[in-house]
Amino acid sequence: MERVPVLKIGDILLVSIQIDMEDQVALQLQEDLADRIVSTGCHGVIIDISALDIVDSFVGRTLATIASISRVLDAETVVVGMRPAVAITLVELGLSMPGIRTALNVELGMELLAREREIDIFGLGGEGFGDADEGETEKPVVPAS
Amino acid sequence: MALSSDEADRFAALLEENRDELVSAWTAGVVTSLRGRLSRPELERQTAELRKGFQAALASGATDLTDDAAAELRAQLSEVSTLRARQGFTATETAVSVYALKDVVLAVLDRGEESAATLRNYVAFASFVDQAALFTFDSYVRVREELIADQAEQLLELSTPVVKLWEGVVAVPLVGTLDSARAQVVMERLLQTLVDTGSPYAIIDITGVPAVDTQVALHILKTVVAARLMGADCIISGIRPQIAQTIVALGIEFGDIATKASLADALRYVLNRTGQYKRQVR
Amino acid sequence: MTQPSDRIEVSSDQDVVRVRQLVRTAAVAVKLSLVDQTKLVTAASELARNTLVYGGGGSVEVSRADNGRRQGIRIVFADQGPGIADLDLAFTDGYTSGGGLGLGLSGARRLVDEFIIDTAVGQGTTITVTKWCR
Repeated sequence: MERVPVLKIGDILLVSIQIDMEDQVALQLQEDLADRIVSTGCHGVIIDISALDIVDSFVGRTLATIASISRVLDAETVVVGMRPAVAITLVELGLSMPGIRTALNVELGMELLAREREIDIFGLGGEGFGDADEGETEKPVVPAS
Repeated sequence: MALSSDEADRFAALLEENRDELVSAWTAGVVTSLRGRLSRPELERQTAELRKGFQAALASGATDLTDDAAAELRAQLSEVSTLRARQGFTATETAVSVYALKDVVLAVLDRGEESAATLRNYVAFASFVDQAALFTFDSYVRVREELIADQAEQLLELSTPVVKLWEGVVAVPLVGTLDSARAQVVMERLLQTLVDTGSPYAIIDITGVPAVDTQVALHILKTVVAARLMGADCIISGIRPQIAQTIVALGIEFGDIATKASLADALRYVLNRTGQYKRQVR
Repeated sequence: MTQPSDRIEVSSDQDVVRVRQLVRTAAVAVKLSLVDQTKLVTAASELARNTLVYGGGGSVEVSRADNGRRQGIRIVFADQGPGIADLDLAFTDGYTSGGGLGLGLSGARRLVDEFIIDTAVGQGTTITVTKWCR
């Protein structure tokens, strides 16, 4: 079974869905993300759906569940890159995906996360960014004084 | 009255034996009606192709234009219609080119023996040619309708510009009466522009729209909801008093969608919001 | 003259994906607009999944439709499952907000032009949908 890859970039996990997912693959992604959020201590999740030409109720519910689970694990989720035809269809379908933040692309998604959470996008540590010691977060290079 | 297969064979033979005479008489019969807009050599070429098409169809046993054996002929007739439609000839001019075949064949028959059988054969053949001419007419109409649809689309493109007002803000000034179909197209274009320009804000200005009915209002609403799903926000500006009254009377809820009186107000509103955002970022 | 059709037996997740791909190909071939293609494939995904999950598996048949004026796509979803006892519930919008109630058929119905359902308890379910080119 295929698995959707999860990439860590600083304090953010980036998921780019490139395939037409079987239901099981979507559920597996949900699990993998929960595991990675805990193991990395990341506070942001970006799910890029720009390659998806349809989003049906199963995928919609899965995304909503991912957002809820992430929130419980102290991470914010943003879904980016929804195609116009998909958005129009979801409106017709009556699927509103409450509780999911969205942005037009990965860049705007990252800006949104930075605004909302004061998230340390580049893992540079420093004041006000809290919890920077767990997992794989990189420490800033401190020049010898 | 359909052709019998014997008749089909007979006419196939007739069309073959009198090939050159038929083509030149047919061309001559048509060229005046086209009033010099098609060169004679070009017309002769088309006529020769058609003659061959008819001959081949009949020789393969076609007794009706809808037969499989006549598929090639139908394709040729479509091609001629398409050509003529694009060149600006009328439907009649196009059909007359096909009808003319009847006269030239009659001229050939006249030289042979006259009999009731010959008359019957001719009537059946004429009926076949009539079918072909009607088919040509239909194809012509279809091509013209496609041309008109293309032009309408181009006109729509030209009349609904999407303008970038500021970093991250686009505006769609709608002008003229909106019907359901047009509203749909405009809204799809707006959503696509949001993606293409990466603009999180869109201002839909309806100052230039004299009236809005339920259908159109619903389209606008759905578009705003769709934009939100995608991660962008829409502000509607330029709502005139009459339209505001219509919207309320129709019971349409715009809920938490921002509405401003003018495009300027809407822009100020967006800049304020993004300005605040800038202040929060370290 | 009946139209040729493509048929997929639906008995697993993978089959639902295959249904989506088949419907997409058919919609493109008949030149449905992008938005209409998306709506049809989405509806097909919903209904195929229903066939699998609620109908215990079944078949999906895709064919071209022609009413003399327009071309379109017709899809038939059939299963020999328990049938739908309460059609009203099945058409509730409830499930789309994650409640898990009902089959969300009303959502799928809004995405297509024609929607015919034939069902009875113990006798399976057949749903036929059609989407026309504009």
